[in-house]
Amino acid sequence: MYSRPIVFAIMATVVILVGTIAMMVVPLTLQSTQPVSPLVKPYTAVELEGRDIYIREGCNNCHTQTIRPLRTEVVRYGQYSKPEEFAYDRPFLWGSRRIGPDLQRVGGKYPDSWHYRHMDNPRSMFPKSNMPDYAWLAARQLDTSYSYKKTHVVGYGYTVNEVNKNLADYLVRVTSSAYIAGDARDKVTPPVLKDKLTEMDALVAYLQKLGMDVKNLNKS
Amino acid sequence: MKEEGYDYSVVQGFAFSALFWLFVGLAVGLWLAAEMVYPGLNLAPWLAFGRLRVVHTNGLAFGFGLGGIFACTYYMLQRLTRIRLAFPRLAKFHMYFFNAAIALAALSLFAGMNTSHEYAELEWPLDIGVVVMWVIFAINVFGTLIKRKEKQMYISLWYIISMTVTIAVLYIVNNLEIPVNWFKSYTVYAGANDANVEWWYGHNAVGFVFTVPILAMFYYFLPKSTNLPIYSHRLSIVAFWSLIFGYVWTGAHHLMLTPLPEWIQTVAIAFSIFLIAPSWGSVINGYYTMRGEWDKMRSNYLVKFFIMGITFYGLQTIQGPTQGLRIMTGFFHYTDWVIGHVHMGTMGWVTMIISASLYYMIPAVNGREIYSVKLANTHFWLILVGQLIFTITMWIAGIQQGAMWKASNPDGSLTYSFLETVTAMYPYWKIRFAGGFVYFLGIVVFGYNLLMTLKSPEEATQPRTA
Repeated sequence: MYSRPIVFAIMATVVILVGTIAMMVVPLTLQSTQPVSPLVKPYTAVELEGRDIYIREGCNNCHTQTIRPLRTEVVRYGQYSKPEEFAYDRPFLWGSRRIGPDLQRVGGKYPDSWHYRHMDNPRSMFPKSNMPDYAWLAARQLDTSYSYKKTHVVGYGYTVNEVNKNLADYLVRVTSSAYIAGDARDKVTPPVLKDKLTEMDALVAYLQKLGMDVKNLNKS
Repeated sequence: MKEEGYDYSVVQGFAFSALFWLFVGLAVGLWLAAEMVYPGLNLAPWLAFGRLRVVHTNGLAFGFGLGGIFACTYYMLQRLTRIRLAFPRLAKFHMYFFNAAIALAALSLFAGMNTSHEYAELEWPLDIGVVVMWVIFAINVFGTLIKRKEKQMYISLWYIISMTVTIAVLYIVNNLEIPVNWFKSYTVYAGANDANVEWWYGHNAVGFVFTVPILAMFYYFLPKSTNLPIYSHRLSIVAFWSLIFGYVWTGAHHLMLTPLPEWIQTVAIAFSIFLIAPSWGSVINGYYTMRGEWDKMRSNYLVKFFIMGITFYGLQTIQGPTQGLRIMTGFFHYTDWVIGHVHMGTMGWVTMIISASLYYMIPAVNGREIYSVKLANTHFWLILVGQLIFTITMWIAGIQQGAMWKASNPDGSLTYSFLETVTAMYPYWKIRFAGGFVYFLGIVVFGYNLLMTLKSPEEATQPRTA
């Protein structure tokens, strides 16, 4: 074998495939690895767009999205993560370092206005925070030309009309005079984009969805 | 004494490509380290931390790491088979392709095209490019091996073969994704499955990029630069097969206490403990090779790099499995402790070995002496001290932050807000920057020394001993 490179390569491949099959292929075939629950809803089109901005900006490099079953962690962030909650996460965003806090249950923790102000300038709220400013996200119109295709690729099963309605509804929500975070949004959004969906709008929508399926469960 | 009859232009090309990306990657790293304390440096959007961090990790792991690995592989492959590369022009194409791919990768990451999978962030068109590049590399590896003149394959070739096949499997499986457009795709795996596949990949990218080929260099260049045979061939056989067998089981130790099924976590940590044995097999083989010859640590500057490198590898492979244990991960995970761990491996083990390998090869392929042994020693001490400042600071920071996250008052409420546990890190992060800067200076000396070696007169006065 040590004088036959091809035989050696085949042997090496077989050796690495044993653990690969046991630890990676077998779990893929088991329902129990990623269980699905009807209580967990897929992201809406606008939330998915927000999630893609979260990914684009690499938020996962500083924020985790998984709460471990440890007492202080549950006190700090809420109920520990359940596998069902991630059934629609492609990719997963559990992360590996907490330079900032975990965000898995950040949904509903703060009002929308808090997020607009915080994203605009984190240090205006926490002088010693080291989070980058994301004010510029409010100055960019959300590109929705692929919104339907995205939900289609990840298999959420929305029709084109449902996607368009979701985007239109969300625009109405954030631009209506009744929007409770309207003042905060107006302050950070350039006048030309006030009547449009911005990237920051989508990101806020996404953050407000995080962990809500479990939180709503507790309420009912 | 120029070594004739081999194709060394590609060795040299990859060596200096690696050096270039090392310089870039470290400069980005310093910028990131400063951003941690001075958030004003997050010049949006390209230089914001979230985008820049992946340029740092990809630039160093793949620009520097793979570049150095390709340089050393093309060198060792020819020497150990005693023939020229099977396809020298393909190898040259590989070199240009590699640099173009790394440059495009960096640009795309700056622009926010990012799949979020750690160490597999590139979007799908670049993934295809990487696979093509790897096939080109594999054709030369196997083509040269098949045509070889030396019947027996030396230890280093085993490691090169296993890297070549395993990286291909890992990269393709983890990057299966469905495109939305040219710049965006979604992975085919969801949630916990995606996490499990990603860390099977992520941990084995560490295994088969930062361990396996670096061991190939260690097993080749340590004996070459000391004229000492490897202590035990049998030990190297046992260590090799158990290392590559065990490695692929361990990825889920990155996912301890997450919603991943518990049995996967438990098996992963069991195999992580098992991996101490083959890892230390190589450490012991290295130490025993030096038996009775330890004075070479003083007289031969290359030995210093190799022995310190393998020492950090030994420490790394003890620390890794230890911090994966549930009780330890519950405390340390998500803190800077892990950042310290990674940087001991990369700044200590990987860079020490690649540095010494380049110091061996560049003079050898040019028929020259190293420009300055004194500068090489300066480089050694700067990167050693810089790395120690960096890693020890991160470990202390990790212990403190882990403890602050867990601290609670008698009534069970938390003692510290999250922000308090961040601001407590600022002094450490400043020291980390200082450590990184010292390390960076060492690399500047390294680059200068190698460049001046090219300029020094051919056929130096002292013949090479190796």
